[in-house]
Amino acid sequence: MSSTTAARSTEVTVELRVNGRTYPARLDSTTTLLDALRDELHLTGTKKGCDQGACGACTVLRDGKRIVSCLTLAAQCDGSEITTIEGLADDGVPHPVQEAFVRHDALQCGYCTAGQVMSAVALLREGRAHTDDEIREFMSGNLCRCAAYPNIVAAIREVADS
Amino acid sequence: MTRTGIEYLRAKDQDSAVALVAEDPDAAFLAGGTTELDLALKDRVVHPSRFVDIGRLPLRGVTRDGDRLRVAALTTMEELAADPTVRARLPLVREALLLGASTQLRNMATIGGNLLQRTRCRYFRDPDVAACNKREPGSGCAAIEGVARMHAILGAGPSCIALHASDLCVPLVALDAVVELLDADGPRRVPLTDFYLTPGDRPDVETVLRHGELLTHVEIPLLPAGTRSAYIKVRDRTSYEFGLTTAGAAVQVDDGTITMARVGLGGVGTVPWRSWEAERVLVGSPANERTFAAAAQAAIRDPFTVPGTEFKVELAKRTIVRILRTVTS
Repeated sequence: MSSTTAARSTEVTVELRVNGRTYPARLDSTTTLLDALRDELHLTGTKKGCDQGACGACTVLRDGKRIVSCLTLAAQCDGSEITTIEGLADDGVPHPVQEAFVRHDALQCGYCTAGQVMSAVALLREGRAHTDDEIREFMSGNLCRCAAYPNIVAAIREVADS
Repeated sequence: MTRTGIEYLRAKDQDSAVALVAEDPDAAFLAGGTTELDLALKDRVVHPSRFVDIGRLPLRGVTRDGDRLRVAALTTMEELAADPTVRARLPLVREALLLGASTQLRNMATIGGNLLQRTRCRYFRDPDVAACNKREPGSGCAAIEGVARMHAILGAGPSCIALHASDLCVPLVALDAVVELLDADGPRRVPLTDFYLTPGDRPDVETVLRHGELLTHVEIPLLPAGTRSAYIKVRDRTSYEFGLTTAGAAVQVDDGTITMARVGLGGVGTVPWRSWEAERVLVGSPANERTFAAAAQAAIRDPFTVPGTEFKVELAKRTIVRILRTVTS
């Protein structure tokens, strides 16, 4: 067996760059990005739903691409640029997707909304919002137990068309 | 903070990644994380002592070498689907990729990880279920007597009916893809159709991969110009759902006669299923309904079913007929 066995560390030192700020942290090695955001950085806008990659509530952007933060270790994101729902507003002005969600009443309980909004922002950047069917297909990784889907699609459609 | 006692190391290069896993029988490679973290941290049915993170190794991207595409293992599903050559020459690969998972997961999940994904069998993934020959050889199979809608009917047997749920692997086995593996003894190449092992009496041994061996590349032969190909997926929801039965096919038809045929099946096999039987029926036969039905019959001969999976026999045949109509119409 290797000589490293005796001195194994199960902690990691990381530098998390979230919404333009840098947060150094010492974490258990298996801390997910989701838990680091919520419990260490106190950025609780990102929600924990299934915690298993099935619901999309914890969607954030890593280097501009949408991912689920529950199936990512914070250690894997060391040095990556993370954007959460708290980082979308521009100097206090909500992002157009956030405005559209409000206008179209695209939520009921609101628990999935941060994930829906982050996913929608990425979807628009990917250029995948040409039709309602396309929006539904490429938003399918975000579940809404209140079934606000028609209004979510309408909100995204409005931003895509504007 | 949940403490799991797992060490995290970041590999500097391929050789050190291989060495760090090989030296510890309980160490595991960590790439995209969508499978490994789910199994280790959420379901807790695998118990790695160490993650060797290979996510930043320069094993990413797609290169074309004549009539072959070489895909580095850390290329994500979204990246491969967006590749111009895949779009133009391998539509069935692109379709299989985009019908799998969600965009978020496809941005994380790697091609190597997709090939090495573990079964979604709910009994395998539940540590409170004692009977699972895949987790605990000799302990039995809870799925055989249990709820088995999402299980396999080909390559299955009394020891295990766990499904290989990859969509991507279905076209890859049909296309004769080859995986490149690396360990301390150097690289080796294995055809994907020889890579997976049906359960037999050892469901815990799923592939020919050795401990510490790293899957570095997948080589996909391009289809000849003029080949028609497609992938279809039959499932309980329109999107973001595993397939009940799926099929990928590529054919060439000359003056009404099928001259080349490749058929892969998903949702039915304990391994990604290449249907040589269907291909033998198709090649040299007229491209018509009678041929398609005979090919479907040949493909699903001798299924192993349990009450929950009996419906798949007919559904798989209809899926095969539909994909053959699609690529010959």
